[in-house]
Amino acid sequence: MSDLIHTHVCSNNMAVLGESMPWLESAALTIVLPAGCVWDPVDRLGLANLTCEMAERGAGSRDSRQFLEQLELLGADWSSSVSAAHTSFGAAMPADRLSDVLPLFADLTRRPRLPEEQLEEARQSCLHELHALEDDLAQRVMAALRRHFFPDPWGRLPEGDEAALQTATHGEVREFCQGHYRAGEAILGVAGKIHWTATLEQIESLWGDWDSGSSAPLVTTEPSYGYHHIEHDSAQTHIAVACSAVPFRDPDFYQARGAVGVLSDGMSSRLFTEVREKRGLCYTVSASCHTLRDRGAIFCYAGTTPDRAQETLDVVLAELRRLNAGVQADELRRLKARIKSVLIMQQESSRARSGQIVGSWYHLGRVQSLDEVRQIIDGLTCDSINDYLTRHPLDDFTVVTLGPRPLEVNT
Amino acid sequence: MTFLQHRLDNGLEIIAEVSPEAYTAAYAFVVATGSRDETDAEAGLSHFLEHMAFKGTPRRSAEEVNRELDEIGSQANAFTSEEQTVYYLAVLPEYQQRAIDILADMMRPSLREDDFNTEKQVILEEIKKYDDEPPYGAYDRGKFLHFGNHPLGRSVLGTTESVSSLTPEQMRDYFRRRYSPGNMFVVAAGRVDFDRLVADVEKWCGGWEPVETSRETATPRTGTAFEVKKHEAAFQEYIIEMADSPSAKMPDRFAARVLATIVGDDSGSRFFWELIDTGRAEYAVMSSYEYLDAGLFLTYLCCRPEAAAENLQLLRQIEKKTQADGVTARELELAQSKICSHVVLKSERPINRLFSVGANWLQLREYWTVKQAIEAYRSVSLDDVHRVLEHFPLTRCTTVAVGPLDQLGGTTINTCRDVP
Repeated sequence: MSDLIHTHVCSNNMAVLGESMPWLESAALTIVLPAGCVWDPVDRLGLANLTCEMAERGAGSRDSRQFLEQLELLGADWSSSVSAAHTSFGAAMPADRLSDVLPLFADLTRRPRLPEEQLEEARQSCLHELHALEDDLAQRVMAALRRHFFPDPWGRLPEGDEAALQTATHGEVREFCQGHYRAGEAILGVAGKIHWTATLEQIESLWGDWDSGSSAPLVTTEPSYGYHHIEHDSAQTHIAVACSAVPFRDPDFYQARGAVGVLSDGMSSRLFTEVREKRGLCYTVSASCHTLRDRGAIFCYAGTTPDRAQETLDVVLAELRRLNAGVQADELRRLKARIKSVLIMQQESSRARSGQIVGSWYHLGRVQSLDEVRQIIDGLTCDSINDYLTRHPLDDFTVVTLGPRPLEVNT
Repeated sequence: MTFLQHRLDNGLEIIAEVSPEAYTAAYAFVVATGSRDETDAEAGLSHFLEHMAFKGTPRRSAEEVNRELDEIGSQANAFTSEEQTVYYLAVLPEYQQRAIDILADMMRPSLREDDFNTEKQVILEEIKKYDDEPPYGAYDRGKFLHFGNHPLGRSVLGTTESVSSLTPEQMRDYFRRRYSPGNMFVVAAGRVDFDRLVADVEKWCGGWEPVETSRETATPRTGTAFEVKKHEAAFQEYIIEMADSPSAKMPDRFAARVLATIVGDDSGSRFFWELIDTGRAEYAVMSSYEYLDAGLFLTYLCCRPEAAAENLQLLRQIEKKTQADGVTARELELAQSKICSHVVLKSERPINRLFSVGANWLQLREYWTVKQAIEAYRSVSLDDVHRVLEHFPLTRCTTVAVGPLDQLGGTTINTCRDVP
């Protein structure tokens, strides 16, 4: 499989990655720019998101309507997003359209028009995204958890804050774009039915002369661990729990992933069994690994009616602690079967792979093939996971709840 | 890609779209039962029963069902709608036999009383979860107002009250009436071993006794209504519009989907340019959804409460203008290319083909290839779209708004249902 993976670093430091998936009829591209919300000035939270929104309003020779229509004619299903580290643009399309779509993305990333007359519309769009969060209680409690658990600016919400969005100027958008839409640290991944040599040549000609640029180092602050409650008149109490784990780049990452899998992957996982199946406490309960470049976390969510929230939190914390006593052979066997099929299902999606190879490069500086992941998963044993759990036990929980009443965090 | 079908003596059908080159396979039992088949006393029962299928059988405890689904590495789940209950999984081809064993077994659940009581708590939590989520019951309320007493107006989930009072006896009775082999079918897609599939389904399901099933399929007499429901805790206002559209049996359903894309796709549509690109609303989307004997143009609008009245007016102006002037050839071309590309991209995964093949079989007893579906969209003409507008006016709709407002644009709360 690994001979189907291609990597290239342009002279301006933009990484170009490819994965040939000749069995597909589609192709997908993902480009990430070092323009995440960690780079928002502290009094302009949300500027990266506003810049992204402005970038979508026309690029190169096309205004926003012409730009969108061209993508639609080409059958490109496209998206954009802002995370802590990156602004990302992506598209999936019938494979033979990739060469027509790439120039549009070169315009989007290199020559966005950022039309000043549309700043107010863009600002309103970003405010809508921020307001949508107010009504998404599960997301809101997880966003608060992230903010408390990761150091600023890494725990930030890309949506920013209302006051900053209201006052951001067109000059600030332009400046952010000039500073952060750049080749250095940008990563472009293409996957699917691609012809690597021709595609790379085209990418070189479209992005090869883009400025590398540089970013000032980030200043980080201490996280605010502990228990936090957000009062809200809701039908359920929404519970979020975090504890630390190794990041993706750590050789032990898949040990942590295996442990969390026993906790939450599938319907026979511990959280689903103990919280939902045996006690009927929740409809939704889950845990997953979250990773920054240099630190990782296990995040857990449960939503339940206020009267049963204390019991739910107690059971969730008990299960997290019980994991430290180790995982069992039958649990690991099921987990391996699940992960193995997930890996194969990813081979059916060019969109999934174009995103994954980019993520892999960001965290590891190389592309991890699905075969390599499969070998790592095959190599997991109860001893290796339990050894990891001895060295990195799940403890020192940070808890955020959102609901009518606060809860007790029993230690 | 090959389409294969087989029918057991007891009426259970097996259909498959077989793609030997696929990496995975997907399988489902589709039961033609849902909220439209319930009585008032049974509200929420189809969905509750779907949960209970995972809670054990004479051959397996609940834990064993979950454990075995995980052991074969399956991505398994189920869903219930107005007209169907679907149990599905995606899995590597080598696990086909075990997958069918488990799925078939789940179709004959034990429905034990203690499991019933525990699971009832999970369902009640699910209802509470939706109480906290936009659009805060507006969809169920809209369907109720739009369809009136027709069974399509029933809620899939039921209410806290209706679910609380359900009994295991009611569920067993409903199960006996609805889960007859002739009222369900097996569908598969991807790298499927069809001969093996037929043999296994025969082995596990061949002994199921058929019973007579029926469903009321009278075309509903839909009404129009306007209702504003205050939900104090909400930050934004959520508005749903429901207008009639072609049913699953009408060839014009393709033109209706194209029309909905032109008017209300989440990108590049009339709603998009007027309400989203301008920063007026968070979202404004329209889609077309088909039932056996009815269809809905379903519109969702979400924005700040203070802008809701004006935005609703703008949205209606777009609908009115579309109704009066129709759409352009350019819009038609863009929508067609968008939809066709979407169909092709989606079809790469067997699990997506499973849903598509299953839906066509449930509603029409027809098999459509990807190519045929694309052809159907490509051949939609301006006349087709305009005929849909003529027969299914977007402007004749039921509207429900939920959020901080107790009135909208000077209109006070009005729950009158106007049936022609």
